[in-house]
Amino acid sequence: MSSSIKHPALSDIFNKDEARVNWHDDTLWWIRAKRDKVAHGISEWEILRETASQIKNNVLSNLHDYLMVFEANAQTNGIKVHWAANAEEHNKIVLSLLQSKGINQMVKSKSMLTEECHLNEYLERNGVDVIDSDLGERIVQLAKEPPSHIVLPCIHKKKGEIGQIFHEHLGTEAGVSDPQILTETARIHLRETFLTRRSALTGVNFAIAETGEFVVCTNEGNADMGAHLAEIHIASMGIEKLIPKKKHLSVFLRLLTRSATGQPITTYSSHFKKPRKGQEMHVILVDNGRSVQLGREDFRNSLKCIRCGACMNTCPVYRRSGGHSYHYAIAGPIGAILAPNLNMKEYSDLPFASTLCGSCTNVCPVKIDIHDQLYKWRQVIVKGGYTSTAKTVAMKVMEFTLSSSTRFKLAGKIGRWTLKNAPFTVNNQLNLWFKNREMPEAPKESFSEWYKKNNK
Amino acid sequence: MSRAAILSAILNNQPKQISLPKDLQFDLPAGAAVTEKFIQMVNLIGGRVVEIQRVEDINLYASEHFGAGERLVTPIEELDFYTPFTGEELPHQFVNTEFAVFETHFAVAENGAVWITEDRMGARVLPFICQHLGMLVSEENIVSNMHEAYNWIGNADYGFGTFIAGPSKTADIEQSLVLGAHGARSMTIFLLKNTF
Repeated sequence: MSSSIKHPALSDIFNKDEARVNWHDDTLWWIRAKRDKVAHGISEWEILRETASQIKNNVLSNLHDYLMVFEANAQTNGIKVHWAANAEEHNKIVLSLLQSKGINQMVKSKSMLTEECHLNEYLERNGVDVIDSDLGERIVQLAKEPPSHIVLPCIHKKKGEIGQIFHEHLGTEAGVSDPQILTETARIHLRETFLTRRSALTGVNFAIAETGEFVVCTNEGNADMGAHLAEIHIASMGIEKLIPKKKHLSVFLRLLTRSATGQPITTYSSHFKKPRKGQEMHVILVDNGRSVQLGREDFRNSLKCIRCGACMNTCPVYRRSGGHSYHYAIAGPIGAILAPNLNMKEYSDLPFASTLCGSCTNVCPVKIDIHDQLYKWRQVIVKGGYTSTAKTVAMKVMEFTLSSSTRFKLAGKIGRWTLKNAPFTVNNQLNLWFKNREMPEAPKESFSEWYKKNNK
Repeated sequence: MSRAAILSAILNNQPKQISLPKDLQFDLPAGAAVTEKFIQMVNLIGGRVVEIQRVEDINLYASEHFGAGERLVTPIEELDFYTPFTGEELPHQFVNTEFAVFETHFAVAENGAVWITEDRMGARVLPFICQHLGMLVSEENIVSNMHEAYNWIGNADYGFGTFIAGPSKTADIEQSLVLGAHGARSMTIFLLKNTF
């Protein structure tokens, strides 16, 4: 998406249809409520969160060694390990693996990393046809849109719209929007895909240093259908996906899906350790800015993220602005603290797309201090001069006013006088605070004036 | 080339050593309470439980639920539809499997999942590609939670292993739950009751 269109403008587009915004808001809140219900059903929930957080802290402090141990163990298991410094290198590795076997069709299960790397576009430019096999991802792929949520890729779409997409691309009857019928249609269409693709790419939820295996979680079974039928399985993972030992999976698998959708566990939690007979298995370890983020003390623990999406479901801004308003592969609060690390100018708007209410931090299963990081990114972005001119001028005026008590008192007087005597100067579309709000009635006096009078 | 650069950047930037937390242990229910919780969770995640006294009881279930022309597959030798595997089979050939049954290592009460490894699958793709899935669980092999589950697995070696919890499902279309996404449309747990 274009870098010139920022979160406020993109939110305006989403907000044109108020009924849809309310529906989107309610749907995500319902998922948040399901998460609460199952979390509250586990008496040791907070212990699990704390333990998961500590394990991830340990991972980040030993990442160098864990990566080397993982690589050695995976190689012993017969997995080929590749290293990619950035998106471009990752994409080239995938393409060269496919080309070495003369393959020009691939089936792919959900991988936010490949969204981050724009793999599909790259492969398509190079003559490789890619089909996303997660139902939600297939829907947005057919609609030529990016996913709007990391767990629920087409959460922004109504079933009528999905029915229309299926009618155009998969030949269902016009007007059919029943989820049962649409899912069955996709099942038949994608079975054909699974059976005819020689290569499958999956994401990685967790990779285990101790054993050199990796775990992929899905509800649909699409990662397994792709991987077990293909002659080459490529698994792409960010370097932060490592965990030290297999037993640590118990903590993360208990937290992941309960936080994500309120389910006790995903339908499939598949542990890939060795390629099957006659199959090639590859893991690509991708940095793409992660080692830089690791060096930013204030922001490094964003790398603890296990991609559950709980912070999005609970975020009052995300729920009302939609995933596409974040113009980055990962939307919501976590995306807003990951994206500026990659490109501070392009994503300078995202840390401001928050009320700093802290709800994201409260639901995060690995205890990332998301709202604190949003606040800290704002300081970095303003100091670095990456904010828009209007925001910079407004902040300068604010600083000028607040740094002197005389100027502050005078500004209060002017404000109260204006609201009382010349409301038309602020009750108009030029004032951003007037949008969707009535301006308040002006009080007769300031708190200081009232205090002086009444506290004698 | 990138390997060295990535590793050196990480070594430069990673914080100083933070130690691992201690392993978690919780007081756990035992006996009938565990079985009851497991059955409850299997039902919740869209599966069903059929209690059996002997492994061969699965034959009756199969004959009642599937027609003569339908392909039934199992690596369990006691069953009438036992299928020998050589390990050389093309996975694609199982596409028309209507029903497949496997013997699990153990089940987990807190989430209704079962753990099965490749050596008990016949072929890796089979538990996923079959239309309907059956899983044999011995009642004494039900653990309470995932911590116990990984203790059970320990250092066991396998090429591929998976927790399966219920039929494949999706809610990607307006959050309406649909069973039978890409994997099995149904999952039946054959719960072999304790005879003592």
